[in-house]
Order: sequence, then C-alpha cells, then structure tokens
Amino acid sequence: MLTRIMTFVLAVLLAAACTGGSSNGSRVLRLATTTSTNDSGLLDALLPTFETEYDARVDVVAVGTGQAIALGEAGDADVILVHARAREEAFVAEGHGTARSDVMYNDFVIVGPIDDPAGVTGTLLASDALAAIAAAKATFASRGDDSGTHSKERLLWETAGMTSDPDTYWYKSLGQGMGSTLGYANEVGAYTLTDRGTFLAQGESLPDLRVMVGGASIDENTDPALLNPYGVIPVHPDKGGIDAELGNLFVEWLTSIEVQEKIETFGIDSFGQPLFYPNSAPWRSR
Amino acid sequence: MGTLARAFADALGLLWNMEPALVEAVVLTLQVTLIALVIALVIGVPIGAAIGLTRHLPGRWLIVPLIYTGMGLPPVTVGLFTYLVLSNQGPLGGLGWLFTPAGMIVAQTIIAFPLVVGLTMAAVQGVDPNLPVQMLSLGATRRQVATVTLLEARVGVTAAVVAAYGAIISEVGAVMLVGGNIEGETRVLTTAIVLETRKGNFALAMALGIILLTLAFVTNFAFHRLQVHQGVR
Repeated sequence: MLTRIMTFVLAVLLAAACTGGSSNGSRVLRLATTTSTNDSGLLDALLPTFETEYDARVDVVAVGTGQAIALGEAGDADVILVHARAREEAFVAEGHGTARSDVMYNDFVIVGPIDDPAGVTGTLLASDALAAIAAAKATFASRGDDSGTHSKERLLWETAGMTSDPDTYWYKSLGQGMGSTLGYANEVGAYTLTDRGTFLAQGESLPDLRVMVGGASIDENTDPALLNPYGVIPVHPDKGGIDAELGNLFVEWLTSIEVQEKIETFGIDSFGQPLFYPNSAPWRSR
Repeated sequence: MGTLARAFADALGLLWNMEPALVEAVVLTLQVTLIALVIALVIGVPIGAAIGLTRHLPGRWLIVPLIYTGMGLPPVTVGLFTYLVLSNQGPLGGLGWLFTPAGMIVAQTIIAFPLVVGLTMAAVQGVDPNLPVQMLSLGATRRQVATVTLLEARVGVTAAVVAAYGAIISEVGAVMLVGGNIEGETRVLTTAIVLETRKGNFALAMALGIILLTLAFVTNFAFHRLQVHQGVR
C-alpha cells in the first residue's frame, strides 16, 4: 500500500516537473550570455516582448563569457550574446556560429581606493594607469576567470608593455564574478577593471571605491580602448538540436531599431545614465 | 562523451605532473578542512556528549531542535555571516582574516560544529542507559563516565567525524565568499572547480572533481581502517 502511494506521489511530481516549465510558449530559445547583461536587468526588460511576439520562451543561461562560448560550441545553446570580440570572431571562424552581429556597447573603467596610492586619478589612458599601478606595486584585483572583462584587462596590460596575469604578490587573481571582485577591491583597497554598469549598479555597497580612469559617464571616457562591444551569434545548426530559425529571428529582433531604442533608454531611471548604448547595423544606418 | 573521457585523462595527467597550482590547491584544501575539523571536534564532541548524557537538561526542548537545524545550515549563509563579521565594517574586521585561510577555517568550523554535536549526542544516547548508572554507583567520576560512554559510542562518533569532514571538504559557497578564491592564496579544489567550469574548461573542472573525490576517499579509507583497528566492522 505504502509503495503504491509513493509511486503515485512520484508520478504526480514527475508530471508536474515536466509540464511546469513549458506552460507558456511552444518554442524554446536557449540564450547563453554573460552575467553583465542579465544582472543589470536588461534582459528582463527586453525579453518579454520577444516571447509574446514570437510565442516562444527564452531560457537565459547567464555565465562567464568563456562558459557561454563553450555552451555554444557544445550545441547546448541556440544563440550566444557575449563581449569578447576576438573570441567571438574565432567562434565564427571555427564554424561554431553562423555570423556575428553588433548589438550594443558600454565601457570599462578603472576603479580604485579613495587614497589612490598609485596616483592614477585622471590618467587619460587605461594602459598608463596600469603601468603606474605596477610601478607602485599597488594591489590590483583581477577577475582571473577568462571573462570578457578579463580578456580586456589582459589586452590593456600588453598595451602597457607588460605581461598579463603577472605572478606577483600585488596582483590578485580572484577567479570570481565582477560583483565579488568589486567587493574584494572595496574591502582591501585594491584597483580593478570593471564594466561601468556593474559598478554603477553596486555603487552603494562600494563606498571606498572611485572611478579613476573613464570619467563619470561614457561621454567623459578618454580611452577608446575601454569601449566594450557586445555581439550576438546564432549557433551553427550543424550541431544538431539547434533552433536556427528562432535563433535568427532573435538576432533580427535584437538588432531592430525598435529594440535598440529600448536599450538606449534602459537604466536612465535608476542610474541617471544608460548602461548600454545601441550599436546594431540597422541602428547605425537609420 | 568526449569531455568525460578527457576529464579522466586530464585528472591522471595533472596528478602525474604534480602541477604546482594543483598541489597548492590540494594542500590548502587539506589544511583548511583538517584544521576546521579538529577545532569542531575538540569543542563539539564534549558538548555533544554532555547533552547526550544529561537526561534532564533544562531547555533541551529548544537546544536539540536548534542543533538539528544547525546540521542543515546552508553553507552560503554561514559564509555570508562570516564575511560580514570579518569585513572591515564588521565587529571582527580588525583581525584582518577576510580573504585569508584563517577566515575560511572559521566558516568551515561553524558548518562542521552542529554536525559533530548532533551526531555525537545521538551516538551517546544510543549507549545502554544503565551503563552510566552502574558506573556512577561503582564510584566513577562524571569525566570517567563520559569517556567510557564515548568509547562505547565510537562507531557513531566516527560517523560524526566522517559526516563533518565530508561536509566541509566538498563545500564551496562559504569558502568562495570568505576566501575570495585568490590564486595561490585562498583557492581550494572546490572553488577551482567552479572557476574552471565558468571558464568553459569542463574537462579540467571534472578532472579536479575526480581529484577531490579521490582525496575524500583516501581520507575516509584511513578513517575506516582506524575503525577496523578498534574492532568495528
């Protein structure tokens, strides 16, 4: 008797688990993206219209750029939305994705402790600031996680004429997300490279950090190397199990002027400035 | 399938080459786990035995459910609590233990402690209740009674050790928060696994997982040999 009840309960639970997720929308788009697009709330603001318009559900997997690309390579995502230009181009060149489209950009800034031991406040170029930090042997916190931000940081060290990921006591390779890395920098008084959006979104919990390079908004950013472009790539249908049609529709939708306009105004209410700037081909030629 | 096969090959390769980063992570994992375990045992076993032996403990109706709840503490919550206590703005910020192995040991000890107390208490309660009565009537001190009861309950107490060890060596949320996963300083096996997964290095992450399991197996094997030596099978 007990076994029968247990079997019944299990069957009900299983049935609920199987149907529960797919209650709205007949098709599912698996979107692998970076934490920055998701944590900022941008996707929550944009995606519902796509889901209604195309009667589909978007499953967002928000991970590091490295993992997002790996998910695409394994065919475990239909579309990837990431920010690491060189690796995006390699992804397409190696046949994992069909084509890369510009979506939007924001910018990086170098933040540091108020007392600024390396004296980098107001430095015009990020690479010069990194050189000054290295010369002062001031603590620098790195994401150290192969993310888009970490890739950019490596490039900046190389521009400064130094090896990236130096194995030395003042360079702390955290292997954590942007939020945790900023928390660490605030706590120990370290410099770090961050996307402006995450820094603005976490502002209140980071009382001891200030923007040292990059200014108060993207218009005041003096270093073009700090621009942070996002690209969207549909995964190649050869992988099998890929909804290529829906993937292409998503790219078309995300780059459309209508959606780009929403990106342009997102975040102004909360932060007094946009977190992302539209940059798709249709937007640029409008 | 390819990734899984490569994971096993990578695990063997990493072990064979004794990669310095791997050795560092293994040593730190064992250091933090074992120190936290010893502290939790030294404090927790006597407390668990005392609660188990004291039949008419005032407030028992509240203490026991509290311990049981503690046995299921979410490690991330313990990590967050420890983080806030050790942070610059926290009450113990002056110690400078945040983002150091010392801070990780504090968090792991808090996670292991209720497990040790709860399982020791249960083990002691399983011993024939006439034993302490008889011993006391024969003139034994309370300390002697506790020692003999613990010896009688050694299977259950060993289970407490094994459970606490397993809980903290495999724990990731608290050590990530409190330690910060800093390369060469506070990176342990579990946080390295999370990092490599996020980087998309699934095979390497799985290889680290295999090494972690091997480490746990070797230690548990040693615990078991110890039990066999004591005449328990």
